[in-house]
Amino acid sequence: MNLEKETNSRQGENEILLEVKNLQVSFFTEAGEVRAVKDADFTVKKGEFFGIVGESGSGKSVATKSFLRLGPQNCRIKGGSIEFEGRDILKLDSEELRAIRGKDISIIFQDSLSALNPVYTIGSKLTEVILRHNQMTKQEGRKRAVELLTAVGITEPEKCMKSYPHELSGGMRQRVMIAMAMSSHPKMIIADEPTTALDVTIQAQILKLLKRLQKESGMSVVLITHDLGVVAQTCSRMAVMCGGYVVEEGTAEDIFYHPSHPYTQALIASMPKTGGGKFEQFLERDVSDNSGSLCPFLSRCKYACEECEKSLPGFAKISEGHISRCHKGGTISWEMK
Amino acid sequence: MGNEMTRQEDLLIEVKDLCVHFRRKAEDVFSFKPSWLRAVDGVNFSIKKGETFGLVGESGSGKSTIGKAILRYHEPTSGEIFYDGTEIGHMKEKDLMPFRRKMQSIFQDPYSSLDPSRTVREIICEPMEIHRMYTPAERKERAAELLSVVGLKQEDLTKYPHEFSGGQRQRISIARALSVHPEFVVCDEPISALDVSLQAQIVNMLEDLQDSRGLTYLFISHQLQVVQKICDNIGVLYLGSMMEISSSEKLYGNPLHPYTKMLIASILPPDPKNQVLDDITADVGVQERAEHGCKFHNRCPWCTEKCKNETPALREAEPGHFVACWRY
Repeated sequence: MNLEKETNSRQGENEILLEVKNLQVSFFTEAGEVRAVKDADFTVKKGEFFGIVGESGSGKSVATKSFLRLGPQNCRIKGGSIEFEGRDILKLDSEELRAIRGKDISIIFQDSLSALNPVYTIGSKLTEVILRHNQMTKQEGRKRAVELLTAVGITEPEKCMKSYPHELSGGMRQRVMIAMAMSSHPKMIIADEPTTALDVTIQAQILKLLKRLQKESGMSVVLITHDLGVVAQTCSRMAVMCGGYVVEEGTAEDIFYHPSHPYTQALIASMPKTGGGKFEQFLERDVSDNSGSLCPFLSRCKYACEECEKSLPGFAKISEGHISRCHKGGTISWEMK
Repeated sequence: MGNEMTRQEDLLIEVKDLCVHFRRKAEDVFSFKPSWLRAVDGVNFSIKKGETFGLVGESGSGKSTIGKAILRYHEPTSGEIFYDGTEIGHMKEKDLMPFRRKMQSIFQDPYSSLDPSRTVREIICEPMEIHRMYTPAERKERAAELLSVVGLKQEDLTKYPHEFSGGQRQRISIARALSVHPEFVVCDEPISALDVSLQAQIVNMLEDLQDSRGLTYLFISHQLQVVQKICDNIGVLYLGSMMEISSSEKLYGNPLHPYTKMLIASILPPDPKNQVLDDITADVGVQERAEHGCKFHNRCPWCTEKCKNETPALREAEPGHFVACWRY
């Protein structure tokens, strides 16, 4: 049985589930247009754990929310394509989109307290989500809700069903969020900083749970975080975002052991590692919005050359499946400290 | 603390049996018996001059409350706090003023800890005005000087906090704290709200300032990797009790208390070849305030009958390494 599952997932490994090309998202504010995502490309394969890392303001959340065309009123997807199982999400009408939202692609937010409605019990919300996507009676829905809560490791599911969100701890609420996201057997879950608000001990548990569920159900998970430790422990492939661009994409081992983009290198060097020595520090984040025609890391890059001042670099292939958006593509040496 | 190795005069802060209890809303509407939340429950530790002492623990462990009690933002319910040999825990407000100058703080949230209606210059000058230090002209000069110490530009003096990013605001907080020549600074999660790229900068700056000004820090954080990096000694708190105190190397090299072990095991190394998630026990329970026994007993894998009934005291398991656990 186990073996069968393994071969199945192996077959599915190279099938592409989501392909994002040249995505551009802008916010229209009083001060004018703010280009949050300038050019993002991702490919998420079936059954993989895909990580997106970057500083705040790098556009990682905005980019992933546009997979479901979620965003505030003043946010518009200006260009590019988002293909989910061969269908362009940007071309769907609202009915078709509703069928995908929460059914094929679910989302887990960082702040579980504001993501859950405070005036409804966990049970009623969870049942509502189940009934929305499945043909079953209310009783069956409740039964399924209890099963789901048990599956995400809640010890007293019946009691939890009757609780209101504020009565649960942060870790418990995040488990409920995961149960809710899992309820429709999604093909993909987007987890937007799911553990940032949690204690370290709880963080490890939640990530372990997410990883287990991902393996069991064969779904894909897109995990957004700024914590490199979290990505290293969960993801098989990852993308690094900086200033609205994807600057590097590859397997986790590629990125951690052979980072090629100067930004990725700086990011990895700045992580506190066990052992002595000072923190490696890199330059202050440049908040001023450049026109987007140059490399987003230019002002902070110690390898910047004349070519960088002239044009935006394209992707250079470092190795199979490992790409880097840098003029020096792969020539900057890296030593693991 | 019973460490004879350190002489009394080397200690800047000494905390003895500190308790801070908060009155809670009674659960029963008709009950007149007040219920108390024991946020800090009999904590002992001391901080040597010039060192960085770290306090770690999960949320709710009372680490911020201890910091605030030392700064006397909370009055301790019982217990004593000594600052350089003087008891300040129960001192009257008017006698406390000189100590308020010597002790400064940097807070976690750089957005709410700066007054939005004041310019940077006013923010930095305010502590000096309160403590009646310098003439107004000197204060202005000093504000400009401090701003360059923390790496901001002179033209920033007339700006308002909202014009700055999180990291820059944290620098303003540091400049404000330094303005009155403190000896002791409580850093309450100073980098938790910052981006990874900025954390290193702020930590390095705090370390440089410590070297140049001989500051003593109480560094409160839940990020163990960071605490390990910059602290000389570390205290591990759990639900208001001190579980383990030791030097940074010993704590990470040879953690004794099961809770410390659990905390260290949940550090996620940024290394895809070193997978630790599989080793983590899936369900380690939740924090629960037990009436009797060791506070950690409901989550402890080595819990015995004794742990449930008797509270272990903090004792020296090996030189300079204190632990509150019946196993040692």
